Amino acid sequence: MVDASAQIETVRPGGMSRTSSDRAAVLSGLRRNDAIFRILTHTAAIAVLGILGSVFVSLAFGSLPALYAFGPGFLYSQSWNPVTDQFGALAPIWGTLVTAIVAMLIAVPIGLGIAIFLTELCPMALRRPIGIAIELLAGVPSIIYGIWGLFVFAPFLQQYVQPALIALFSPIPVLSTIFAGPPLGIGVFTAALILAIMVLPFITAVCRDVFDTVPPVLKESAYGLGCTTWEVMRSIVIPYTRVGVIGGVMLALGRALGETMAVTFVVGNAQRFSASILQPGTTISATIANEFAEATGGLYQSSMIALGLILFVLTFIVLACARLLLRSLDKKAGK
Amino acid sequence: MAVSMNLYAGRQRKSKVIVGLCWLATALGITILFLILGTLLWNGVGGLSLKVFTEMTPPPGSDGGLLNAIVGSLIMTVLGTLIGTPIGILAGTYMAEYGRHTRLTSVVRFINDILLSAPSIVIGLFVYTVLVAPFGGYSALAGSVALGLLVIPIVVRTTEDMLLLVPNPLREAAAALGMPRSLVIQQVAYKAARAGMITGVLLAIARISGETAPLLFTALGNQFWSMSLTEPMSSLPIVIFKFALSPYADWQKLAWTGALLVTFAVLALSITARWLGSTTGQQK
Repeated sequence: MVDASAQIETVRPGGMSRTSSDRAAVLSGLRRNDAIFRILTHTAAIAVLGILGSVFVSLAFGSLPALYAFGPGFLYSQSWNPVTDQFGALAPIWGTLVTAIVAMLIAVPIGLGIAIFLTELCPMALRRPIGIAIELLAGVPSIIYGIWGLFVFAPFLQQYVQPALIALFSPIPVLSTIFAGPPLGIGVFTAALILAIMVLPFITAVCRDVFDTVPPVLKESAYGLGCTTWEVMRSIVIPYTRVGVIGGVMLALGRALGETMAVTFVVGNAQRFSASILQPGTTISATIANEFAEATGGLYQSSMIALGLILFVLTFIVLACARLLLRSLDKKAGK
Repeated sequence: MAVSMNLYAGRQRKSKVIVGLCWLATALGITILFLILGTLLWNGVGGLSLKVFTEMTPPPGSDGGLLNAIVGSLIMTVLGTLIGTPIGILAGTYMAEYGRHTRLTSVVRFINDILLSAPSIVIGLFVYTVLVAPFGGYSALAGSVALGLLVIPIVVRTTEDMLLLVPNPLREAAAALGMPRSLVIQQVAYKAARAGMITGVLLAIARISGETAPLLFTALGNQFWSMSLTEPMSSLPIVIFKFALSPYADWQKLAWTGALLVTFAVLALSITARWLGSTTGQQK
């Protein structure tokens, strides 16, 4: 409270030692500053909404030429040819969805495992350091994952993992198409693995936080009845926090859909639609990152802005669902 | 009895297997963190020399450093922070102080949380369409604005959270002494929440100093020394991107060195922010 009393000292002389007209002037000055500050903060809050609105409007406006030229076929056409000015978004949309979904399939079980470890199993002394280490993993810029993926992880996959996968699944009808060779190192699968590593910390952090909201008495009663650790997790903790866990997963999915640099390095950037996830592909963000600066011609650029709009709408929906789920959990926890 | 003991042993076994898998998952996560940091050190330290900080990015096949990229990154990060922080703090102030229970606040909070994880490349596209295309050229200023837009949601979030933690009796006491509302906020609430707000700004700086996607077609990158805000400007992430994907060994080496510098800066910033956040947390 030292601060406040210091402030009073500076305000006071205006009221005490001067005439009443001076006092009125000071007071009206204060009132004016008050109003200005209030309006400033109000404007800034509205500006946040304005940012989202203007992103949406400017992208929609920029993508008009492409949407007008290709119509709804833009969404399911596979051609991407700057020479003939034919563009379709199927390959990037497909790549975006496949990389994100495969990444989630890998990252969700591992992330849940780490969260369970951190809340239930970890010795108290290790809990904070491991938690911090996982959070630091979230802070590493995506370009670092990209350069690591390209120079370290992709060659490793090419040499050891992918040949094994191809050999393992080649006798099985559907899986042999999904894991068709040759092993190239880079490709959709590699991008998905890198994405999985990148979203792992988000899933872990959110799940750990929601697991911590479970009242200890619930867990203690279950243990008291003779439940094993796994039974407590499966029947008490996960049902209690289901909404929060789904929210966390959706949040991570939103990140995975929009992630750019790490994917651009390892996805292979091939504008084509391939059934095998070991082959090079592309995603919406990788296409924009690779081609936008070099794109000449209005239709080419406009097609990529349209891709950006699709990505924005897609992530907006996923993130909005995530926030709504997490918010309902907050209400339940009485926050 | 024998049956139930079997059942019990089975349940125990199942639990042990899953507990083991959880240990494994954690070990995997930590191994990956150390693998990434390890390879980064291994590949980056070799290229670290005085030249990196004193010479420009070289043409392929010759010696050089990263000076223009480092300076470019610093300039754009500082400008981006200067653009984004005031807006973020003011918006957060409105949400926590003036409009705590208004509809506007809950809408802004919702939208802000979405902006927090919106794809940064879309922000790049947006700035391209409003600041690059109409003015006929890539510029450092456009890059800074793109980074500033990424700063805003982080600062809004932490400012609001930290101001909400300030106890109301502090505000009431100040108001009872006759302080106008704006001064109560500026002199009392801001001071009480200062450490947390600085943490938020540091986290925002950490985030934007490694961002590449929003700079790709706003600041573009520049092979040469440039301090002009209306010209394309070099930056570390862009140089890493370009050099790493090039076929030249000496460019790739510089890319690793740049990656090491960026990671070191980002981790140092986030550890500082965390430390600052935790020390103030303990005081309360």
